[in-house]
Amino acid sequence: MSVGLLFDTTRCIGCGACSAACKEQNRLPLPIEPTLTASTWTVVRERQGVNVRSLCMHCLEPTCVSVCPVGALIKTAGGPVTYDAAKCIGCRYCIMACPFGVPKYQWDRAIPIVGKCILCRERVDAGMPTACASACPTGATLFGERDALVREARSRIQSGPALYVNHLFGLEEVGGTSVLMLSSVPFEGLGFKNPLPKHPLPMLTWQVLSKIPDLVLMAGVLLYGIHWITARREYVRAVAVRGDSRGPAAAFAGWLRSLWCRLYRRVVRP
Amino acid sequence: MNHTATMGVRLSRIGFWQAAFGLLLLAMGAVTVVRFTRGLGATTNLSDAFPWGLWIGFDVLCGVGLAAGAFTLTAVVHLFNLRRFEPIVRPTVLTAFLGYLLVIAGLLFDLGQPWRIWHALIFWNPRSVMFEVAWCVMLYTTVLALEFAPVVFERFRLERPRRVLRAVTTPLVIVGVILSTLHQSSLGSLYLIVPLKLHPLWYTPLLPFLFFISAVGAGIGMVILESYLSQRAFGRHLEMELLEPLARVMVVVLGVYGLLRIRVLLENGGIAELRHPGYEAWMFVLEMGLGVILPVLLLAFDRVRTSQRGLVAGAFLAVLGFVMNRLNVSVTGMEAAAGVRYVPSWMEILVSLGLVGLGFAAFALAARYLPIFPAMRAAPRARGEGLLGPFED
Repeated sequence: MSVGLLFDTTRCIGCGACSAACKEQNRLPLPIEPTLTASTWTVVRERQGVNVRSLCMHCLEPTCVSVCPVGALIKTAGGPVTYDAAKCIGCRYCIMACPFGVPKYQWDRAIPIVGKCILCRERVDAGMPTACASACPTGATLFGERDALVREARSRIQSGPALYVNHLFGLEEVGGTSVLMLSSVPFEGLGFKNPLPKHPLPMLTWQVLSKIPDLVLMAGVLLYGIHWITARREYVRAVAVRGDSRGPAAAFAGWLRSLWCRLYRRVVRP
Repeated sequence: MNHTATMGVRLSRIGFWQAAFGLLLLAMGAVTVVRFTRGLGATTNLSDAFPWGLWIGFDVLCGVGLAAGAFTLTAVVHLFNLRRFEPIVRPTVLTAFLGYLLVIAGLLFDLGQPWRIWHALIFWNPRSVMFEVAWCVMLYTTVLALEFAPVVFERFRLERPRRVLRAVTTPLVIVGVILSTLHQSSLGSLYLIVPLKLHPLWYTPLLPFLFFISAVGAGIGMVILESYLSQRAFGRHLEMELLEPLARVMVVVLGVYGLLRIRVLLENGGIAELRHPGYEAWMFVLEMGLGVILPVLLLAFDRVRTSQRGLVAGAFLAVLGFVMNRLNVSVTGMEAAAGVRYVPSWMEILVSLGLVGLGFAAFALAARYLPIFPAMRAAPRARGEGLLGPFED
């Protein structure tokens, strides 16, 4: 059960009603800026003769969610990628990492936060469509369950192959996104990096991060082993000078005893 | 370099550098006010297109890397039991400790809401490299403080806490080595997530390993440079008999690093970039040529390595190459994808300079008032005394 949007460039007239509705719904200050900013979460721009919306793509496995050190960005089960400003420390890794360049920062504020589309989470949770989809006069932005939107998009491409490039953007890009797009011109012309990898980007860092527990254990044992060997070698050398010779078990017991004695002498009762 | 350093010492007597340093601190104070009242936009040349700049690229990435000498040397002395390197452990640990404090100071400038820096303690996201970085900074700074504390305890003759720390030397060193390994590599891992943005001359899945190994190389370079600067400033002799073997290790480490970099270049097609060199390719060539290949070639010669001038020059090049690499990864390699040129604002540069200046000042103060160098110890002992007290068997 996960919702999303389907945006179709062939139906968009560029009226900007989505941007205005977004401002109102999310209580963002006017004006509507020409590109995404911390206070303008969606814009319509003309590119290659078609109108295309910019907004958060709400990835199924979002890069921003994976990189946020304090978990301020969350992918909710219902679809929206939300942002908890109260947790954010302002490291801006999400801005760095997003493959769509969506999160934006309040560079002019002394106490800045990140701004990005949250797919009208409150409305969606209440079972309503997003503000932009409700405001769209032509149905260029369609709200619905992602599965249903995928079926709808496919049937549009099938019934009008001359209208569309044969590419449902967001179906597989970086592991899939909740916002899907149909276009009459190739997506690289619309300002998207295309082709984007099919795999989710968080995989790239998780491959390394997931090895940390093993690395810590192995390095700990290895380093202590090295220390043990070098210290033992020194001990054996000292014993050889003294002319004392013991079996390994006795030597180990002696080492343990001396360790305890040292600890006792120095820490417990110096 | 020789000349400037001498001049620095001479002029310090007539107070020129103190005056310059004071002015720098005043200016930095003013910038700090601007930074925290007007925000990052008014202070820096950062933007949504280029959200990380000099403070991350230099203060954090280089600050952490140049502190790598400490974990390398403590491991050599306390784990590999090569006791003869003990005399240079204390200044190296001090350098690393100050380096980490400066990294934290840099972060306090760079973070949007630095007063929330502790959030990583309670809001966890173990899938984030930045989360790992945050924990490594906190934990390793603590370890470095504990590794340095015996020097302070020794100065004030606090025998009991010294004894406690002495008893945990080995675990402390091991934890320090592990945390450093994680931290150095995680700074490289930060950039694994931007395969579409970081230029192919620098992007590779090997980034974490490359960051780790280059930090070891540059860390050794810093040990040599720091010994040299202390020698100029405090009239000490240069421990050539210790630094020369370290330089040999550095040659091997940098050599392996250089070969890996070239392999990566062949693998991901970056070599094609070099055939029609643009801005990035020239920066890459400069970094590799000046900062990796040249120092390896120079220091491979016994004659260069055993001469003080050659040794210091080689170490300087290695450190320079390291700094260039971190700036290339964080700035040069990210510009094309961002579609903007990033040049730090004078305020960003001033803060970075001020922090470095503070580091130098703190080192000088510590060297004057604490038993950092063997000759200046409060009570010289017959037995080899380590960073954390005498080693026993």
